[in-house]
Amino acid sequence: MVAISEQTYKNATAVTRRDNPFRFDPLFAALSKAAAITVLVLLAGIMSSMVYGGWDAFAKFGTGFFTGTQWDTMNDNYGGLPAIVGTLSTALIAMIIGVPLSIGTAIYLTQLAPGWFKGPVGTAVELLAAVPSIIYGMWGLFVFVPLFAAYFQVPVSQVVEGMPILGTILYARSPSGLGILSAGVILAFMIVPFIASLTRDMLDQIPTVLRESAYGIGCTTWEVVRHVLLPQAGVSIIGAIMLGLGRALGETMAVTFVIGNANRLSASIMDPGSTIASRIASEFNEALGMQMNALIALGCILFFVTFVVLVIARILVSRVKQY
Amino acid sequence: MSQMAVQEAPSAAAPKADAPVRIGVKNLDFYYGGFHALKDVNMNFGDREVTALIGPSGCGKSTLLRIFNRIYSLYPEQRATGEVMLDGRNILSPNIDINELRARIGMVFQKPTPFPMSIYDNCAFGMRLYEKLSKSELDDRVEQALRKAALWDEVKDKLKQSGMGLSGGQQQRMCIARTIAQQPDVILFDEPTSALDPISTGKIEELIEQLRADFTIVIVTHNMQQAARISQYTAFMYLGELIEFGPTTKIFMNPDQKRTLDYVTGRFG
Repeated sequence: MVAISEQTYKNATAVTRRDNPFRFDPLFAALSKAAAITVLVLLAGIMSSMVYGGWDAFAKFGTGFFTGTQWDTMNDNYGGLPAIVGTLSTALIAMIIGVPLSIGTAIYLTQLAPGWFKGPVGTAVELLAAVPSIIYGMWGLFVFVPLFAAYFQVPVSQVVEGMPILGTILYARSPSGLGILSAGVILAFMIVPFIASLTRDMLDQIPTVLRESAYGIGCTTWEVVRHVLLPQAGVSIIGAIMLGLGRALGETMAVTFVIGNANRLSASIMDPGSTIASRIASEFNEALGMQMNALIALGCILFFVTFVVLVIARILVSRVKQY
Repeated sequence: MSQMAVQEAPSAAAPKADAPVRIGVKNLDFYYGGFHALKDVNMNFGDREVTALIGPSGCGKSTLLRIFNRIYSLYPEQRATGEVMLDGRNILSPNIDINELRARIGMVFQKPTPFPMSIYDNCAFGMRLYEKLSKSELDDRVEQALRKAALWDEVKDKLKQSGMGLSGGQQQRMCIARTIAQQPDVILFDEPTSALDPISTGKIEELIEQLRADFTIVIVTHNMQQAARISQYTAFMYLGELIEFGPTTKIFMNPDQKRTLDYVTGRFG
């Protein structure tokens, strides 16, 4: 017995490490802490400089900054409503067009497409998500906008002219192809690959046995998707949609190219307009004094709206883990 | 000699002497792409009997089970040739309505598969797809199924809650309730207790013995004691072939084949 325990003791000392692990751990902890704090400091810095820069505009116009429709650089009178409405309406249009397309793509890729087709199309969708927005903007301006004007705006305007509600919403006074609707459609093209690839990943994560179980009950493919797969992935799909919405709200270059950059508020989605991001991008270079303050204040509003959207997305996505 | 080697004698009820054939398998071959997974399987499954499929991993027992509700046809590279007769119709024939077939042949999987909906909706799911029932009829059938699955007392006060909130054993019994609520002819169990603790396993085994009164049951299991306890017939499979098939008592006490004896006594596998 004694001999064995001595042997055990010798073996135990033999495996002691030469370096002292406690020497590196504090350094590692300090470095990662510094990295985390840097992010917080950056965020706080951006937020406070936005509020500081826009403060003069908020102070001068008050709530009028949110409701005013004038953007008068001669008299320094600024109201953000057209840009705010433009931001929300282009994002809404992008969602209405983009969400069904995205979910349809994801369902097709995970449930219906034959194996040889899944790989290439899946990769194409991911590549599309990585295309820089300036490319979407150029393609939108040079290819999409002229076609949109000739084959959609002109005929639709002729049809709806004089109609009660549609005649206002869908009538183009100057069918140039530029406008809120064009921007919304381009935004939809941009967010589809994004939402589709996220949704596809979530549908792929659902265990095979659950899918087989639903088929085993006698479901058709549609019933499996509708009653089991989509509800199972549901909350994470909403999270993906929210992330797409965040992107649509803040997208700048592509929108600036195709929205027409008009500073007025129009009831028609065929008319040119502007979003917060496109307004800032197109005026920032020459802005001085109060105009600069007003632009930063607009940025502040965008920052807040995007932040709220992301928070909602985070809350929804974190709920998924409860299953 | 052989009796001495066997560890546990089968305890399940003896097979009915004159049970008619419910599923008849003839010259059945199965392929995963180029891999020949089942080789010329011939056997008959008795009506309202429990038939256990045993054998080492990869022997084709789950493959055989997955043919009976044609769940394999979700995967285009898998195909079966031969004949599987259910009530006089060959279910491998292309003009079978697969969805209707699956509604008539229930399946319970290795892991519980609660759908993302309430306990009540889980149980009513199949009936809502295939039958037009009034609210009260639906309520009755759900209660009946949950009672048969020995789950009613545990969930009757929380039918509206999510099925995901139940324990693993309860979820599996809910899946069995969902299956029997549809009143199928045959129930397939694919290692239904492999993810469960011993107490839940005991409950499910008891349940399977009771279900035998109403349903024809085929169960795949890795657990030989389980096969001995709950089945009337046992099939031993090895490398895609059906080695021996007969009354459970005979397979476990006095098999004809040496390989069967070696397997049921734990000498290989």
